[in-house]
Amino acid sequence: MSGWTKISGRAVALPQANVDTDQLIPARFMSAPRSDGYGPFLLHDVRQDQPDHVLNRYSHADVLVTRRNFGSGSSREAAVYALVDFGIKAVCAPSFGDIFVSNAVNNGLLPARLTEDEIEALIDTLGQADAPATVDLSTGTATIGGQTLSFDLDPVWQQKLVNGWDDIDLTAQHNDEITKFRAARFAAHPWALPAT
Amino acid sequence: MTAPQTILAKLWAAHEIMQRDDGTSLLWVDRHLVHEGSHHAFAKLDSRGMKVAAPDLTFAVVDHYAPTRAGNVAADIRRMIKTLGRNARAQGIRLFDLRDPGQGIVHVIGPEQGLTLPGLLINCGDSHTSTHGAFGALAFGVGATEVAHILATQTIWQKRPRVMRITVNGVLGSGVGAKDLALHWIAQLGADGARGHAIEYAGPAVEGLSMEGRLTLCNLSIEGGARLGLIAPDQVTFDYLRGRKFAPKGADWDQAIDDWSVLKTDEGAAFDREVTIDAAAIAPTVTWGTSPEDALPITGHVPDPAQLSGAKQEQARAALDYMGLNAGMPLESVAVDQVFIGSCTNGRIEDLRLAAKVLAGRKAKVPGLVSPGSAAVKKQAEAEGLAQIFTEAGLEWADSGCSMCVGMNGDRVDAGKRCASSTNRNFKGRQGRGARTHLMSPAMVAAAAVSGHLADVRPLLEGRS
Repeated sequence: MSGWTKISGRAVALPQANVDTDQLIPARFMSAPRSDGYGPFLLHDVRQDQPDHVLNRYSHADVLVTRRNFGSGSSREAAVYALVDFGIKAVCAPSFGDIFVSNAVNNGLLPARLTEDEIEALIDTLGQADAPATVDLSTGTATIGGQTLSFDLDPVWQQKLVNGWDDIDLTAQHNDEITKFRAARFAAHPWALPAT
Repeated sequence: MTAPQTILAKLWAAHEIMQRDDGTSLLWVDRHLVHEGSHHAFAKLDSRGMKVAAPDLTFAVVDHYAPTRAGNVAADIRRMIKTLGRNARAQGIRLFDLRDPGQGIVHVIGPEQGLTLPGLLINCGDSHTSTHGAFGALAFGVGATEVAHILATQTIWQKRPRVMRITVNGVLGSGVGAKDLALHWIAQLGADGARGHAIEYAGPAVEGLSMEGRLTLCNLSIEGGARLGLIAPDQVTFDYLRGRKFAPKGADWDQAIDDWSVLKTDEGAAFDREVTIDAAAIAPTVTWGTSPEDALPITGHVPDPAQLSGAKQEQARAALDYMGLNAGMPLESVAVDQVFIGSCTNGRIEDLRLAAKVLAGRKAKVPGLVSPGSAAVKKQAEAEGLAQIFTEAGLEWADSGCSMCVGMNGDRVDAGKRCASSTNRNFKGRQGRGARTHLMSPAMVAAAAVSGHLADVRPLLEGRS
């Protein structure tokens, strides 16, 4: 995965709280191989039920502004695949599901935390329309519809997004320590191995 | 002398291989549970030409797509199940396949097989992995990239979450159980109320729960946004585990008891947040909306959005619209079309016993499905005569799997239909597109079945011991 530092594009608002991963991608689509592209599955049922849904009116969006507890529920990484394959690079919300945040960062998607007040102001500004947006990881700021806001993001996540790090490669550097840890753990606590 | 520690701190220290300067820890994973949904992770591993690092600590089970009823199985479901089998065989992983007597929902069979033990770090690509914390294990759900990382390295990078203690004082009332307790605290704190936290459940009402009740409570931690749930292991835990297939034996068992007995929070240890709940104040609880936080006592009324403000008002309006409910109507007047009993939350033998206690000698007014949490639970329920009670009441007795909780295997609630469900998520479309889900305990589901509407189980339990 390649990293990124700055993106410019368009933002839209999805003024709902608790957009769970079941809504982001209904379970029945999750058996598809990733190579098929998950973009069409994004909020599939909601978009089909609401022809004037913001993501139907704008076939492309880079930044999604939404309310609290976005990405809660199921750990399905497919929810992030759907967002990323649709073209979204950043989601701004007051809070996110914890597992969603890990999944997002592992796929180059920025979960940017803003305050409730900032989000409500952005939702008012955006309304039903889209607006130009720039997100800069180096300064930790998002400029949406002319307003520049600092977002809250764990520095570890930020580094990972910028560098596009792959954890498996990073962890490989610690192979010896891992092997030693395993041996020591099961020597000291043999009960921790599954009984045969 | 070292400072007093929480269980979380002790578990963390026991699994920390190293810590980076940025505070992220590399943790050793003792058990990795995989299912059909793990196909993305296996594909990732294959694409790098890697093998599973610790197949002896990895266990696979067919649950999410498991067919529960006779009939044709769709091609894509067959493919998902076959793919898991192929991956498990290629990597030398023990597989609980469809006809294996150990098959069942991953969070039911982990404890049942003795794979889940106090003091272990357990991961699974499923958010309800928090369930296993009921044993005093460090157990949390992860996404596909992390599943691939664990397969490849048997480790995971994590930052230590903050710790919240939920102390439940007093005694739960008759007809009130772990499910009601969980929905109660989630309604109080919100569906993101415990975000970024590990929850330790404590207090007399928690200690008084059976092992299965504790599993239900920890299972629902994620619905309040918590990273994981924990309960200190005690005699109840040890009694449950003794003699289980993969649990330690002989001298290992004796040492395990010694190690497990110190897995409790030290007197005076600090928590980032403390919440206290009075068990006696909790009534049988049901959800009315489309988030687990939309929960109320069954004696209550559907909320009126007009009495709420701002985003909350919009949220409630949208929920009532989706659920087809009117503001102010008594919850007990909400008619249901069908019921479902099962899932990793409430598909265990005690759950089925409770539901059967309500259903015995009564007829369900609506159709319903009962899917036991595992093949072993199914066998036991049949031996105890519970299956017969369900079928005599008019409910369908099915095989084990995630079934109608997530709808992946084709067990779905039709659009616009209302289901009283012992599951964990009332999200829009969770049980099927347009499905309307009301979450509640299995006893409350049974009460709804015999009443034809949401109903208080307490009067139905009178005179039944």
